[in-house]
Amino acid sequence: MTSKDGAATGGASTDAAPADGARATEDSATGARATGAPADGAAADGAPFLSVRDLRVRFRTEDGIVKAVDGLSFDVRRGSTLGIVGESGSGKSVANQAILGLHNPAVTDISGEILLEGEDLTTAGERRMQWLRGNKVAMIFQDPLTALSPYHTVGRQIGEPFRKHRGASRREARDRAIEMLGKVGIPNPRLRVDDYPHQFSGGMRQRAMIAMALVCDPDLLIADEPTTALDVTVQAQILDLLKELQQEFGSAIIMITHDLGVVSRVSDEVLVMYAGRAVERGSVREVLSRPQHPYTWGLLSSMPRITGDVGRPLVPIAGTPPSLLNPPPGCPFAPRCAFREEVAGPESCDTDRPALPQGRGCACHLTAAQQQTLFLERVLPRLA
Amino acid sequence: MLRFLLRRSLGAVVILLVISAVTFFLFYAIPRNPALLACGKGVCTDDQLAVVEHNLGIDEPIPVQYWHYMVGIFAGRDFPAGHCPAPCLGFSFRDNRPVLDTILDRLPTTVSLTIGGALVFLVLGLGFGMLAAWRRGSLLDRVVSSASLVLSSMQIYFLGPLALAVLVYGDHQIFPQPEYVPFTEQPLDWLKGLLLPWLVLATIFTANYTRMARATLIEQLHEDHVRTARAKGMSRATVFFRYAWRGSLIPIVTIFGVDLGSLFGGAMITEFTFTLPGLGRLAVESVTQSNLPMLMGVMLFAALMIVLFNIIVDACYALIDPRVRLA
Repeated sequence: MTSKDGAATGGASTDAAPADGARATEDSATGARATGAPADGAAADGAPFLSVRDLRVRFRTEDGIVKAVDGLSFDVRRGSTLGIVGESGSGKSVANQAILGLHNPAVTDISGEILLEGEDLTTAGERRMQWLRGNKVAMIFQDPLTALSPYHTVGRQIGEPFRKHRGASRREARDRAIEMLGKVGIPNPRLRVDDYPHQFSGGMRQRAMIAMALVCDPDLLIADEPTTALDVTVQAQILDLLKELQQEFGSAIIMITHDLGVVSRVSDEVLVMYAGRAVERGSVREVLSRPQHPYTWGLLSSMPRITGDVGRPLVPIAGTPPSLLNPPPGCPFAPRCAFREEVAGPESCDTDRPALPQGRGCACHLTAAQQQTLFLERVLPRLA
Repeated sequence: MLRFLLRRSLGAVVILLVISAVTFFLFYAIPRNPALLACGKGVCTDDQLAVVEHNLGIDEPIPVQYWHYMVGIFAGRDFPAGHCPAPCLGFSFRDNRPVLDTILDRLPTTVSLTIGGALVFLVLGLGFGMLAAWRRGSLLDRVVSSASLVLSSMQIYFLGPLALAVLVYGDHQIFPQPEYVPFTEQPLDWLKGLLLPWLVLATIFTANYTRMARATLIEQLHEDHVRTARAKGMSRATVFFRYAWRGSLIPIVTIFGVDLGSLFGGAMITEFTFTLPGLGRLAVESVTQSNLPMLMGVMLFAALMIVLFNIIVDACYALIDPRVRLA
């Protein structure tokens, strides 16, 4: 595999030059470059690689302004995996597409900061974003059948970003595509490289999608429900593949999913989203074994567990998510919350918006002690 | 591909047989006696009428007549008035010559009109459509969209005479008088004579193609795989021309094939408006003159064109979309 830095130096892209130079000053040891070792592999520095601060994404529609993401903050450390969990419409995909600047600017207002290695992407120009997309930040989409072009061969689609970002020739891009197809576990990549997506099975398509995303060795990979459209056995294979490739490429991953099972399998940290906001964050262990927010409790109760009692009824969360057109003030989960009466002065749930603290914590009016007692006494027995 | 063409050609023959049968029975079942028309009313005695009917070959039962007609297409046919070599589409007693000869005489006019017009409306229509889709929501897009909406609701029989009145017979003659001069005789006059018909024909089609190209392109730009292309860092132009454009070709080729097929079968109103001696005008003349064999021939020829272009369109699908496998 070609090292990113080496290829960027050799590449014809003039855009590549400043970033490359910046990195050169970052690691003064020129030896790292010569050996081809990833200079930024070790996450020794404390500053997060990606830092999203108070992100707000609003869509102007005919019915009014939809607050799809409403004050979202999170960090992703280099080489780590953040799982973002939430139901449909919680804003998880919208927020991540905002990182890549994929929204139509004519109808979208984005405020806040998206800092990628200190550079604010919300103010970056289109050319700069084009250089970042597929190069430093890549994305995998949910349905690989519709997300791959039916009109171009798999090999061409995989090689395309390599040609654009690395200035590779047609031949080099093809060789690279074959190499990547091999890495993602497609048998006979030399024969399959000229196939069209419809000649691939669902799992193979998602593998090809992953190959395409990783072709330029990005620092961040956003995987938007990459296993939702696949059957269960293939899901596990794809998740294992992602973990494996993360080791090899050293990319950070944002795993967007509605499935806590997926999160527990691949993530280091978890962010739970509800109605355009983050409601709980922590490490996977913390969030799955000692969840604090009633919404997270609801997610866990509604999920079957392989180790638990088969006869345990699954408890859905009552009600539906609020409209994002005119979200009421206060806690967005309050109307569906089974524990709001436990809050001292439950009316504050309707008037005050609970804040999500930095680090481990949740956005809830219940006190930490209440959260612990309620979880142990009323929620945990249902999960067993 | 070869198997596809073979299979579709066989299918086309079946379709044409059905069309010929239906039109034949329809035409010959109408209560109008060609023999009576040939004689002139009240001139012929019954005996004379019978002779004329025999000469025209219409004294036999209709299925037998149809059989003769079909045999004539493949083997040629002899009429009392003369020989009609294969493929014989019938014999026109009005001008005493095989129908096909007249059709072939008129064909160059229709082909010239169609090819020139199609070239203009394809280039302009797709160009404007792309421009509007590229800058959708802009003032340019709104101007192009509204203009094409207005123009596409126009009709040739309104626009044609209007153009004639203003641009040819107006105070200042801007365009030369429409006429058909064979390309092989006078290329420049051919061009001059067809200029206005092309423009009028193209105006309405351009409007339709603009609307269609814009709509399908914008639809394609919202496709998942187009978003993927953007997420890979492809430039706007690459996304537009390599991804979105490719997907919009299918509906465009479909409509274009149908339009071209029916235009080759004769642009009736346009040819009539500009008195161009093409197939469309021939069809209209045949109706007014009750020239049934001629009408039958023109109809069959038009059907052949439409069926032919449908096959071409289907073959194009396979070139555009690798998911379409022809067998």
